[in-house]
Amino acid sequence: MMLDQDSGLSLAIAHIVQRLKGSSLHSQLERQARNGLDESFEDVGKWVSLHKPEIKLESLKEDIKEFLKESGWEKKLQNAVYSELNVFPSPCHPAAPPEQMKEPLAYMRKAQGSWEKRILKSLNSMCTELSIPLARKRPISEQKELLNKWNEMGTDEPDLSLFRPVYAPKDFLEVLMNLRNPNYENGDQPSSRNHLGLIQVPLKVKDIPELKEYFGELGLNTGQLGIDDSAQVPPELFENEHLRIGQKVLTEQDSAAAQQYVRQGCPTALRAELWALILNISNQPEDILYYEQLKSNVIQHDLLVDSLIYKDVKLTASNDDYYFVFEDYLYQVLFCFSRDTSVLEHFTYSSATPPKSYIRGKLGMEEYAVFYPPSGVIPFHGFSMYVAPLCFLYHEPSKLYQIFREMYVRFFFRLHSISSHPSGIVSLCLLFETLLQTHLPQLFYHLREIGAQPLRISFKWMVRAFSGYLATDQLLLLWDRILGYNSLEILAVLAAAVFAFRAVNLMEVTSLAAAEAVLADLSTLKVMPLLQIFLFATVT
Amino acid sequence: MSIQTIRNVFSVETGYRLSDDQIVNHFPNHYELTRKDLMVKNIKRYRKELEKEGSPLAEKDENGKYIYLDFVPVTFMLPADYNLFVEEFRKNPSSTWIMKPCGKAQGKGIFLINKLSQIKKWSRDSKTSSFVSQSSKEAYVISLYINNPLLIGGKKFDLRLYVLVSTYRPLRCYMYKLGFCRFCTVKYTPSTSELDNMFVHLTNVAIQKHGDDYNHIHGGKWTVSNLHLYLESTRGKEVTNKLFNEIHWIIVQSLKAVSPVMNNDKHCFECYGYDIIIDDKLKPWLIEVNASPSLTSSTANDRILKYNLINDTLNIAVPNGEIPDCKWNKSPPKEALGSYEVLYDEEMAQSGGPDRDLRSRSGQSIGIKGNRARDSGKPVLTTWK
Repeated sequence: MMLDQDSGLSLAIAHIVQRLKGSSLHSQLERQARNGLDESFEDVGKWVSLHKPEIKLESLKEDIKEFLKESGWEKKLQNAVYSELNVFPSPCHPAAPPEQMKEPLAYMRKAQGSWEKRILKSLNSMCTELSIPLARKRPISEQKELLNKWNEMGTDEPDLSLFRPVYAPKDFLEVLMNLRNPNYENGDQPSSRNHLGLIQVPLKVKDIPELKEYFGELGLNTGQLGIDDSAQVPPELFENEHLRIGQKVLTEQDSAAAQQYVRQGCPTALRAELWALILNISNQPEDILYYEQLKSNVIQHDLLVDSLIYKDVKLTASNDDYYFVFEDYLYQVLFCFSRDTSVLEHFTYSSATPPKSYIRGKLGMEEYAVFYPPSGVIPFHGFSMYVAPLCFLYHEPSKLYQIFREMYVRFFFRLHSISSHPSGIVSLCLLFETLLQTHLPQLFYHLREIGAQPLRISFKWMVRAFSGYLATDQLLLLWDRILGYNSLEILAVLAAAVFAFRAVNLMEVTSLAAAEAVLADLSTLKVMPLLQIFLFATVT
Repeated sequence: MSIQTIRNVFSVETGYRLSDDQIVNHFPNHYELTRKDLMVKNIKRYRKELEKEGSPLAEKDENGKYIYLDFVPVTFMLPADYNLFVEEFRKNPSSTWIMKPCGKAQGKGIFLINKLSQIKKWSRDSKTSSFVSQSSKEAYVISLYINNPLLIGGKKFDLRLYVLVSTYRPLRCYMYKLGFCRFCTVKYTPSTSELDNMFVHLTNVAIQKHGDDYNHIHGGKWTVSNLHLYLESTRGKEVTNKLFNEIHWIIVQSLKAVSPVMNNDKHCFECYGYDIIIDDKLKPWLIEVNASPSLTSSTANDRILKYNLINDTLNIAVPNGEIPDCKWNKSPPKEALGSYEVLYDEEMAQSGGPDRDLRSRSGQSIGIKGNRARDSGKPVLTTWK
């Protein structure tokens, strides 16, 4: 049952207040309030001349508001609240059990649960097979060695031939294909009303008119970076003014304005700062300290997942024309990430549950259970590609780290967990298939007939948010829109748009391999024109 | 044609004369630019001439360094300039220097030194080993080593850019848009303990290929457009554009420095491989120019690049795929340039003609920004308005 609006609002406020109370922002504000008071006692004369001579109870509220505004705290608080609103789903009824917030549909929760069991089992069996512990403390000599080569971990080539990625996107796709809603009868006979794709669960996804409205700023009449900054368009028409507004947004330090702004794309030189503003990352000294702590955790303990990360980077980013340069940054960021317990927080609103491990000999005894890895996230094949593009924007490891962590807990976790969320991978797959089936029925039918289900090709693009498939400048333009709309749905739209763009060639292929070959190289594609044509310039 | 064949073609002894429909891919005395010692000599001479003329380009700063023309690391010929080198070395005894044989390529015979004793030992060894060491062929240049290179991902790199010259007088040159960065596979460390580890210091693919970490998929090569995106994202637009403008500037200046001595044979064109290092203050340094840049490919993308490079080069040198005629005016239409863009056209610059496509809209393409040209006030520089 829906809560009425007022109580919904007050619940949301209470929730956010609760969250902010635990944050460093709160303690900073408290500290400053106290310092302010101390200073006032030290220098009463100055205080009196600058501020109101006495604190009047009736104007106290206004005075505080005024102070918050003048001191810049108003903006900081606003940005923090805005960030909370972006990340957390609107709270459920207080009486609802917590798993409701994770995932409202029971069959989805169940499917995610058994998928996690499979991953954990595979991880455990690898452990046993290789007789390597999940974690061990490094001897002092090894710690020193690692510290010395922290900036060049890539030159070290441990023997990883026995390790294998815990799973790859295609394993995950198999699981999604077998998802069924037990309360829903598909009927065995395919009919025009049936969904002919691989995803067989009924979820509400947007149709083109809804997408047009949702992505309104991508329309033909709005200026876009990625289109209107091309060499043929004089910069006076759009680019210069857009740049000027971007600089203003940065001066104002307003998260909400930044998020609205990036819907039209970030100028390259402003992107790093704008994204940080939207994600509310300021890289304060305490954040840097936190990163250093994570680093020392890496130095002290060796985790099995490190080898998985190593293997993944070597298999993906190290071989990538765009990202090989940043190999060492990837190890640093991902090793720290796996030890970051603050990542666990995102499990309150993710359908996933962090895997548990037991201290040796205490299997099954809850009091000896620990989350493994400490972040609760087991990397899979391609995981490092979530970090790689960010290396183009941030060269300071601690900042790069925070940006990635925030991107993960806002977006990327949805791409490898089973949920009914509109940005979840299941909905994205369904959205992709529905768009194709509805708007390119002939193509869809043709590919299906030759055994080249389109999702088999596009799934990996979406799971990686297109990282490693598009040229970096194009990828960043795409991720601008993810941040701007606080949604991953654009990935499914782009995937469909790519098929539409290659439709003529795809109609001629007669096998999955040939279809894959047609779509093997996306590095020459221009993202924004594709999206715009697909959404706004196609007669529907 | 290889450099050796070219030497024979233009040699007096063979007495061979090229006919009008024959075109060759080197200038007869290209070594004025492409031999390390001669390039430095020509640039030094060019700077002195400009200084004598009182050209504003030769302006110096308070330390006596050229403001606009200081783009080659301090270099001396050995053994000829040994005394000058020692004088310079003593001014800055902690500096590192790089020794390169004048006539060799692909990183052969290169080593680093940071003590005078090392160079004394070298000269002793080479003298005793053979008598030919005094001949110019065995001469070395010694250059101040750029020990603060810009690092990306902690790694050192240099730029390989392709520049096509279709005529030296008037100078007309083209810049290939698809250059690349070559990365060292090993982390850069300025520490002297690693002086012997050439994988740290040299970016030549010919050297890096033998490192354990050499990757055959990307070959340590990163496109210039990646570099541009990275620098603009992390350092801002202004400094990035300034850097690329300065790179174009030093290429043109190096060509102008050799144009008076170059035998501007009408049968010739040449595609050079420019090696440039960027330091951590984003200042580009010209390291050397190659007459025969490697056209073999180390990766799939490299193959596409080299294929297009050869194709675009020939389209400019031999337009329309017709039988060449060395008397044509050598100004191809814009559409025929492929991935080349006009870097400098002396004729057009002097006529002050429309410099339309010389600067792209955001100024990020060709040409040095504003004030410099205005300061100079010289007609030859109208392209850099």
